[in-house]
Amino acid sequence: MSRTVALKALGLVVLAVLALLVPVLAPDPATTNVAVFTMMYVGLATAWNIMGGYTGYISLGHAAFFGFGAYSLGLLLNQLHIAPGYGPFVLVPVAGLLAALLAVGIGWVALRTRAATFVIVTIAFMFMLQLLAENLVKLTGGGAGLSLPYPRDWGGDFFNTPYYYAMLALAVLALVVSWWIRRSKFGLGLLAIRDDEDKALAVGVPTRAFKLTAFVISAGLVGMIGAVYGYYVTFIYPQFVIDPLIGISMVLMVFLGGLGTLSGPVLGAVLLEPAQLQFAYHFGASRLYLVLYSAVFLVVILLMPRGIVPSVADLWHRWRRRRAAGPTATARGPRKAVKAASP
Amino acid sequence: MSLLEISELSKRFGGVVAVDGCSLSVPAGSITGLIGPNGSGKTTVFNLVTGFLPRDGGEIRFKSRSIAGLGPDRVYGLGIGRTFQLARIFPRLTALENMLVPVRRAGFRALLSRGQWGHEKEHAMEMLDFMDISQVAGTLGGALSYGQRKLLELAAVMMARPELVLLDEPAGGVNPALLERIAEHIRQLNGQGVTFLLVEHNMGFVMNLCHEVVVMQQGRVIAKGKPSEIRENPAVLDAYLGA
Repeated sequence: MSRTVALKALGLVVLAVLALLVPVLAPDPATTNVAVFTMMYVGLATAWNIMGGYTGYISLGHAAFFGFGAYSLGLLLNQLHIAPGYGPFVLVPVAGLLAALLAVGIGWVALRTRAATFVIVTIAFMFMLQLLAENLVKLTGGGAGLSLPYPRDWGGDFFNTPYYYAMLALAVLALVVSWWIRRSKFGLGLLAIRDDEDKALAVGVPTRAFKLTAFVISAGLVGMIGAVYGYYVTFIYPQFVIDPLIGISMVLMVFLGGLGTLSGPVLGAVLLEPAQLQFAYHFGASRLYLVLYSAVFLVVILLMPRGIVPSVADLWHRWRRRRAAGPTATARGPRKAVKAASP
Repeated sequence: MSLLEISELSKRFGGVVAVDGCSLSVPAGSITGLIGPNGSGKTTVFNLVTGFLPRDGGEIRFKSRSIAGLGPDRVYGLGIGRTFQLARIFPRLTALENMLVPVRRAGFRALLSRGQWGHEKEHAMEMLDFMDISQVAGTLGGALSYGQRKLLELAAVMMARPELVLLDEPAGGVNPALLERIAEHIRQLNGQGVTFLLVEHNMGFVMNLCHEVVVMQQGRVIAKGKPSEIRENPAVLDAYLGA
């Protein structure tokens, strides 16, 4: 057991060092650009999983908080005349806080519904926000878009580096929050809601407060990531940041990696986002990558409905049980396991 | 003294009157049975008491305090636990985790405290041991047999040390040996001071276990008394037992 813990710790340290060294090992902008987007989706998928994975409430409208975070930071920078550079990063938590406040309002209404209705309500709110961003021209610039300050001093290979570390910091924050929640009383309550909400109520879980808290935490993290994204691309317009495909991408990554697990969303993002960028690189900036997404979705649903991490964990446990049982018991291993589980 | 007092409770579902001016009381420290034909409103009374349904009229008092209008989580927090007709547990949580969900932490304490706190875990293991199912503590709820689920559900409800437990058909779908075990557990918990109100169709189970029996028909209480009195009450025999 202690060897497993030591191996896990070693693996985490290696991953952390690798993540920190990406801009040093591969400083060319093409690679760091992929790294920025990959880390962005690691954070997004992890944050989405706090709501969707733990409570089972599938929100397809999280792009609303992403876009809201980007617009919030953009407007703050422009209104307060903040100079480009490292200063704007300080305001990222403010953008996250604003997205969290928006989530209180949206969640208050949307969480009165369940299952498919909740999915549809979240999509509706996302499109409402997109329409608002388009029509509040004086505030957002409407369809013409909104410019964010451009840090001209960061030229060449260095330009992507601060954004990469900002995205990495937010991804780590999302992971720490997700890990903390998973092992807390609150997290246990969320998992109970996922399994049977009425039963959870019957044993004293304040389901509405728990769901809303998870929704707000998730949205706040997504809002912060959206803010860094806005600053990275320096020019945003409604369809570009409040984009349903951003919302769907984070969901797909979680489903691919493993819904409700800690490492699943990370794996899903690391596999899918570079693949999508490569796809766009080879086939042009069309939406052809959606064909790839649909293929991945089909494979996940047909072959691994629980995602990679739980499926591989199952295989690993089965293999270990067989090995422990010895060669003669191999054929009877799984049947024995089922019997033991339901005496 | 009555722990639970229901007076003139009523509930309609469209044109159907499910509970029609129902009044009953559950004495503290008792095991009270609530019986009646299918559709007589027993489970609806449970749902009204535990806050799963809003009432249309009447009053519900627990320890002399009105609890009508409170949500299920708050009702549980006040000390009323319940089980469901078909044993409901959390299938993707282990039996031990199922036990720890009901231990409540309010507000931010829920966010800051660990899901498996040492002494809570100990208490949960003791309770699983009491129900003779501690060997499945690490097994997922979905992999348990129906009997184990019944015991786990009862054990989990007891985790927050409720004063009153509403059992909806505790004998439903279980074999005679397990039935006796469940009855014994209820007796032991009652001996420790827990009051029970149970809905049940198994007359032998009710008559052997309960101190008081309340009979409902068409949303109203038609009789109440000791099991021996109920057994010989002509109105009950006519309406319910069909003898």
